[in-house]
Amino acid sequence: MKLKNFGERIPQGLFFIIALSALTVLALITIFIFVQGVPLIAKVGFFHFIFGMKWAPSQGYYGIFPMIVGTISVTLGAIILGVPVALCCAIFLAEFAPRQLSDVVRPAIQLLAGIPSVVYGFWGLIFIVPLIREYLGGPGLSILAGSIILAIMILPTVISISEVSLLALSPLLKEGAFALGATHWQTIRSVLVPAAKSGIVASIILGIGRAVGETMAVIMVLGNAVALPNSILSPVRTLTTNIGIEMGYASGEHQQALFATGIVLLVIIMILNSVAQYSIRRK
Amino acid sequence: MKKSDAKSRLFFRFSSIFYLFLSLFSITFLTGCGRNANTVVVAGSTSVQPFAEVLAQEYMTLHPGVSIDVQGGGSAAGIMATQSGTTDIGMSSRNLQGSETSLWSIEIARDGIAIIVNPKNPLTGLTLQQVADIYDGKTTNWDQIGGKKGEIDVFTREDGSGTRSSFESLVMGTSQIMARAMVENSNGAIRQLVSDDPGAIGYISLGLVDDTVKALDLGGIVPSRANVVNGTYNLSRPFLFLTLKPPVGLVKDFIDFTMSAQGQQILYAQGLITPGYSP
Amino acid sequence: MHIRVNPKTTQTIAKVVIWAAALLVLLLLFTIMIYFLSKGIPHITWQFLTQIPSDMGKSGGISSAIVGTLAVTLVAIVVATPLGVGTAFYLTEYTRESGVTKVIRFSAESLAGIPSIVYGLFGFIFFVTYLKLGWSILSGGLTLAVMILPTIIRTSEEAIRTVPPMYREVSFSLGGTKWQTMTKVLIPSALPGIATGIILGIGRSVAETAAIILTAGSALQMPTSLFSPARTLAVHFYILASEGISLDNAFATAAILIILILLINIGANLLVNRFVAKRR
Repeated sequence: MKLKNFGERIPQGLFFIIALSALTVLALITIFIFVQGVPLIAKVGFFHFIFGMKWAPSQGYYGIFPMIVGTISVTLGAIILGVPVALCCAIFLAEFAPRQLSDVVRPAIQLLAGIPSVVYGFWGLIFIVPLIREYLGGPGLSILAGSIILAIMILPTVISISEVSLLALSPLLKEGAFALGATHWQTIRSVLVPAAKSGIVASIILGIGRAVGETMAVIMVLGNAVALPNSILSPVRTLTTNIGIEMGYASGEHQQALFATGIVLLVIIMILNSVAQYSIRRK
Repeated sequence: MKKSDAKSRLFFRFSSIFYLFLSLFSITFLTGCGRNANTVVVAGSTSVQPFAEVLAQEYMTLHPGVSIDVQGGGSAAGIMATQSGTTDIGMSSRNLQGSETSLWSIEIARDGIAIIVNPKNPLTGLTLQQVADIYDGKTTNWDQIGGKKGEIDVFTREDGSGTRSSFESLVMGTSQIMARAMVENSNGAIRQLVSDDPGAIGYISLGLVDDTVKALDLGGIVPSRANVVNGTYNLSRPFLFLTLKPPVGLVKDFIDFTMSAQGQQILYAQGLITPGYSP
Repeated sequence: MHIRVNPKTTQTIAKVVIWAAALLVLLLLFTIMIYFLSKGIPHITWQFLTQIPSDMGKSGGISSAIVGTLAVTLVAIVVATPLGVGTAFYLTEYTRESGVTKVIRFSAESLAGIPSIVYGLFGFIFFVTYLKLGWSILSGGLTLAVMILPTIIRTSEEAIRTVPPMYREVSFSLGGTKWQTMTKVLIPSALPGIATGIILGIGRSVAETAAIILTAGSALQMPTSLFSPARTLAVHFYILASEGISLDNAFATAAILIILILLINIGANLLVNRFVAKRR
């Protein structure tokens, strides 16, 4: 497409500038995060940073391992609690729900997705934390509380994408299975779900990404103790809540350490994204 | 093509109207350009914050057209913001240290630190050493200090809190608050959590204690304003207003108001100890 | 010994479990929504909506928070939409699919996934401190703009790319220029997708809390200019709730937030449906 026409050059130039500015801004952030964070990782030492057990900036200790454990345990809990429920729900919407019901349930789930994280966090503080404290022990502010809240928050993501994957399957699969005499559930379990596997896996990965990045919902229910948890009833701090609590007053090295934590989060998200894309492409 | 034509015309008409509105909007908003001479930004300690808010409200009633914007963030954040010029007045609930002492400061009031527990907790008092032992992790169960059996849920403020720094220097001495302590970043949050959890202990500004929590006696001394004034209850710390350079103009006026009899009376009525007023 | 379970039994059990899961999700939604709406709506009065908060938020209303939310969201959308949609256009129409575009797309995806808190940290250091914008609507709005930019680029690009090539070819064969093609054919067709991205951006701006506290501040006063600090509804709710200042007002604020999000969702669906329906 030859754009010799001058009238064509103007919009092209305009869009080029726009695109350049936008990409510059995004590059700026990435560069900023790395420029601030990398020197600190270099200074403290990569292994001391990632695997260091002690986080005490006022004394110069920058080990984020307790927070990594926090993030992993809360996210894992969210997946264990949330994915089975979400999958069942997706199967429900795709296979079992009569049209009128699914037309009601689907927007309801979208609504769940729209509730702000702080509202979830407060709800968790009022309902979940006291329940855990009274019936299971501990202060209530715990990994379990965080996992429950995050599980609820990732439901919409996992449900909607899994449902789409199930609906996108060729009807021939189902018909073939029925023709062979399988029951509805046998078909779902052994044919449909495995066939939709890549989409379901992608939805779970997206859910993990959401859980890893959540701050406000969990900052109110985790207790934010900077120590390795003993059990799921222990208070804990995640990588994100660590930044959230300390960024208001961090300066110098401390601030750099928070950016370094941001780098770790960025890397985690990039890995998750790549895995998700890889699993989709495999289909 | 006709339908798309009409639709895109509609789209462009809509966007041009939108951007027109926007320019009007920006003009009205932008005329208040810059941190103008009628605004004072006050930021920092969450302990000082509610009291600064009350002062600000009173001042703005007396001087309409002026805006005093108060924020939290913690003492360390307030000190940093003062140093960087992000705020006009910084608030701190601890004394300045090291390079911070180059800032101009004035003590607007003093407040005690109260050790609080849940109202259901049968204990009425502890010694300073017992509190320190709880906070550094040596004591983990209430029945070790004469209370009802149950794990002690320890709450502390965040690292950059002036209240925490003051607590550490007055109570902990050389020992450290344990890593397992749960961290919240405002007095209000600690008060809220302690009032919910029967096994909790925390520390907040004496002036913020209400009937949702119980303030413990320390070494037999009741935490009251009178006892802080007469020195028997010695957990107290200064509330400071800070500026980068000696204050002038509106900032000076607001600080003068705070230190005036009227301002000090307001602070006294809120429960603080005021150098410039006593009944 | 092999125990043969009747497949019909397994099916019934499975059905029960699945219906239970769906019911659980519905129950959760209703519990949360009804809890906040029922506790909050009674406290929403006209005064509540039109007065500014006083006494740290214990009394008064939330008018300044409403204005703050609108202002910050507006700044974010105004800055991010042209940048985002324009970039999307450039990527799809003016460049060829290459390694570079793949890298850009991957970066946009990853940046969209960065936790908001990291953007907040960046915004605090860059806009508030370095550019000396202070705690202001501008700082908050620009930070939000950067946050939602990747999402708008991504959804707009998707939307434009899925416009059937036939549309473009027909337009060109009728003698249309690239610009005319873009404005009269591509934008209208891609509008639902682009609008979705913008709505997602609005939703994110309204719900954002930590980044806003750090960039737009948490002052209670009604903002008078783009350079004033301002509270948003989410921030106000967070402070009221976490510090226990006023549970009544916290619930009321939450109720307003939920209703706002509901309206945005409904509006978005209506918009998308209208455009999709018209094209059919």
